[in-house]
Formats: sequence, C-alpha cells, structure tokens
Amino acid sequence: MTTLVIAEHNNQQAQASTFSTIAAATQLSGDTVVLVAGHNCQATAEQIAKAQGVSKVLVADAEHYAHLLAEDLDRLVVAIAEDYSHILAPASTFGKNFMPRVAALLDVQQISEITAIDSDDVFERPVYAGNAIATVKSNDAKKVITVRATGFDAVAEEGGSATIEAIEAKEASATSSYVGAELTVSERPELTSARVIVSGGRGMGSGENFTMLEALADKLGAAVGASRAAVDAGFVPNDYQVGQTGKIVAPELYIAVGISGAIQHLAGMKDSKVIVAINKDEEAPIFQVADYGLVADLFKVIPELNDAL
Amino acid sequence: MKILVAIKRVIDANVKVRVNADNTGVETANVKMSMNPFCEIAVEEAIRLKEQGVASEVVAVCIGPQQAQETLRTALALGADKAVLVKSDEELESLAVAKVLKNIVEKEEPQMVLLGKQSIDSDNNQTGQMLGALLGWGQGTFASEVKVADGKAQVTREIDGGLQTVELTMPAIVTTDLRLNEPRFASLPNIMKAKRKPLEELAVADLGVDIAPRTETLKVANPPARQEGIKVETVAELVDKLKNDAKVI
Repeated sequence: MTTLVIAEHNNQQAQASTFSTIAAATQLSGDTVVLVAGHNCQATAEQIAKAQGVSKVLVADAEHYAHLLAEDLDRLVVAIAEDYSHILAPASTFGKNFMPRVAALLDVQQISEITAIDSDDVFERPVYAGNAIATVKSNDAKKVITVRATGFDAVAEEGGSATIEAIEAKEASATSSYVGAELTVSERPELTSARVIVSGGRGMGSGENFTMLEALADKLGAAVGASRAAVDAGFVPNDYQVGQTGKIVAPELYIAVGISGAIQHLAGMKDSKVIVAINKDEEAPIFQVADYGLVADLFKVIPELNDAL
Repeated sequence: MKILVAIKRVIDANVKVRVNADNTGVETANVKMSMNPFCEIAVEEAIRLKEQGVASEVVAVCIGPQQAQETLRTALALGADKAVLVKSDEELESLAVAKVLKNIVEKEEPQMVLLGKQSIDSDNNQTGQMLGALLGWGQGTFASEVKVADGKAQVTREIDGGLQTVELTMPAIVTTDLRLNEPRFASLPNIMKAKRKPLEELAVADLGVDIAPRTETLKVANPPARQEGIKVETVAELVDKLKNDAKVI
C-alpha cells in the first residue's frame, strides 16, 4: 500500500493545502509519495522533500505542466497510478478540477472533500452544505480522494529527507490550452490558511467601507473574507468568498461583520474555533453559531474595535 | 451547434435539511425539491448562447425519478427545446451519472455540454470533469464567462487566487460557477408552452451502462453542535473575552 499525493504549487513553492493533504496521507497505512508536476519546479520538489512523512518526491517537469491544466495532469497521474492504492489531492479549485478526470479514467468513484479518515477505505465527508456528515466506505480497488485542508493539520515542513526522482512527462493535450490569468494581489495572509479572518457582508454597504475591515485585519494579522452578497454587490473580488461555493475556512478566530449567516455561508466557516458576529439585527442566524455576539451598528463598532486593539 | 444541459433535482437550497432518525440519510419526505441552483445557471447560459445565435438547439437531460420530469419542464419553460428524462429510482453516483451522460452525448451529438459545478446535496463537484475524461474532451470548470467563436470556446474560470482563462477545442465541457449569469424566471405563457415541448423518457436499465454503486454510505450524522455563545454589550467586553477567555488575540 502506497499513497500518491498530487502537490498543489505555483512552480515556485508548494501551497499550504499540499502539506495538509500529506498529513491526511500519513494517516493511511503505507508510504507517501508526492508528485510535483510543473515547469521549472525543482525548488518546489526540494521543499516538499523536506516535509515530514514524505518518502519520495516524483517530478514531472515540462512546459505544458506550467499551469496544471486538468487535461494534461489526468493522463500523467493515470500513467503512474498502478503503483498506488490511494491517490490524494487537495480539495481546492486545483484538485477539484483534475481529480474527477483521474477517477473516471481509472473507473473509480471519487470521494470528495474528506474531513476525516476512519480506516484505509472508510472516510468522513460533509454533505448538504455541511449540515450532515456522511461516513462512506469505498469498495473500489483504488481510492481517489480529495482532502479538505481544514480537516487535517499540516505536516511539519522541516525534518524529512525524501528522495527526488524525475519521471517522464506525457504529451501536451490538444483539447485545452492556457490563455491567461488575473490573480488577486494581496499582502495579507492567504484566506484558507489564515489564523484570523475578518469577513464582511452586505451590511458593509460599499466596497470603500471594506477599508475599515482591512485596517482591522492588518491589526490582527488577519485575512479578509466576504459573503456571497458582498461579492455579488461588487464590494470585493469573488476569490474572497467564504461558503459552500467559495472557500472553506477554519481559522482560530472568524469575525463576521454585517453577515446574516445564510446556510451557504455557514458551510464555509462554522468549523472556526471562535466565531464573533457583529450585526445590528439580533435575529440574524449568524448569532446561532457565534461564540461572542455583539448587536450593534458595525460603522460605530469597527472603528472602536480598531482603537481598542 | 447543439448544446446539452445536464440538470439535477435536489432539495431546495433554502430548506434546512434534517438527518433522519436511523442515520441513513436526510429526510426527503414532504421536502420541497427544486432544480439545483448551478444547473439553473447552466440552463440560462445555454439559452443565452442560443439567443446570441451561437447555439441552434438546447437539449436538457435529467437522471432521476418520474418526478424529475417537473425539473425538465422548468428547463423547457426557460427555453430548452427538448428534454430527456433518464428514469432511475436509485440515486446514482457521479461516475455512473457521467457514464449515462456519455451515452446520451453519443446519441445527441452536442458540441458542448453544460453542467453545474456541483450539486448542493452531495457537494461532490465531479460529474462534469468525469464526463470530460470519459469523452476525451477539454473542460472549462467553474466558469464565470464563456465565449464561443471559430470552433473554440474561451472560458474564464474562478480559481482560488483569482481568474484563469483557458481555450478549449470543441466539443467541450463547461461547468458553471455562481457568477456566470443571473438565471431568468419562467413566464406563465412559457410554462404553458413547455407542456407541449418534446420530453423523451428512457429507463436507465435499458442503456446498458454500468451503474453499480462503488461506495456504501455507512452512516449520516449531524455535524457536531457548537456550544451556545454569549452576547456581549460593548466592544471593550468583546476584546476582553477574546483576550482572556478565548485567548485568540
């Protein structure tokens, strides 16, 4: 039994989700091998080789792997799949994009977004926007799984000494090509791995008002998130969205400001350790999950909070 | 070109689901069912492509029980030309759904298949990608913009760090994200007209597709309940609690 983890990275360094996925892999019996597919990604391979629990790092370096397109990655993973009992990737947009293709080519029913491992073939995963937890047994010979990063504590990035081995790239796919990307630039911590998150909703009123939350976030070393309402209103870009269809986060402290707390938003943040809600509507559903609730006008309270910190 | 849209009937997004007493699933008796919200966006996009003159025909397909016919009638009322119901009383896994859809694609020969990015019941986010792999087609998942020209589709995708654009050779798969469009409502005259549009019924057992389940659900449980919180009166009290009780700042 050996587990293959597909690394998420940007060719320079591995994302935090990769180390959480390795952590999940180490809960299975057998060794953990990590595949780094990319272009000029040797540094990433060396970084992952140092992580705890990794026995070997495979590197597939080719120009067409630079943007990790699903139509290229799937055949590469399938080509080496024979040697592995479990294949894991983070349940980020990266993993969600290509892993079901791998599963289909291997004729396997994928298990998505697991949050716990009960045994080598029994896994727990949330369904219905996190309102129920299903325990699922896979009867497929090979398990193809995506891992919810917040369900597993990342392995230490130092102390390991895995071997690095180059593997052959497959031909580029003819069905899909990369055109461009527009990435959000931010100095703040990345949303899914932040220790503290300050999120704003429709109650913020405008995009300009988010500067208030940004100031608060900077004081707390926090990332800034948003509800779907705030994204749809154009206050902030969509990759700020926390929820069933946005990012799933579980920080130590989540401060929800002007967010009512719809089912779909709660799905993305209710595993946070401490939840603070600031809302002027005392009936808002967010207060049902909040550890500390403050019924007040956010425009008065946020500057006060800023001063108090 | 012809577009195939795959839609699913799910528990309405606004229903607070309850785990059933014997922990085998969630309560579905007398619960409001609707078209999966991401599927509504897929139907809307197909109709817009038809209105732009890019698509010539829109076929909606749904796999489900007899009642799923209502969901297909909704798609027809919104502007789909024809519907296909693949009857199955069992809930199929996404691999089986992808195999059934492949069978329908081979019959209908569309140039594009539109699906939602995930269904809000199983939250799997797999079917479109699996169908892409089984057909050997390219895919534009989590699409927030779709442009079709010269036998190619340019799809802007919502990814974790922002947006990414890919170009796909047709035929291709597109799965829709929330921001692709704002779905329209069906008007009463269109709902009446939809009743006369063709709706073909097939039985999943007659398609010769391997739909045997690969997984077993051992248990469905409520998520761990959070401890009841407290209301604070002032900012000072909040800061004090966070510093001294919760110790998170």
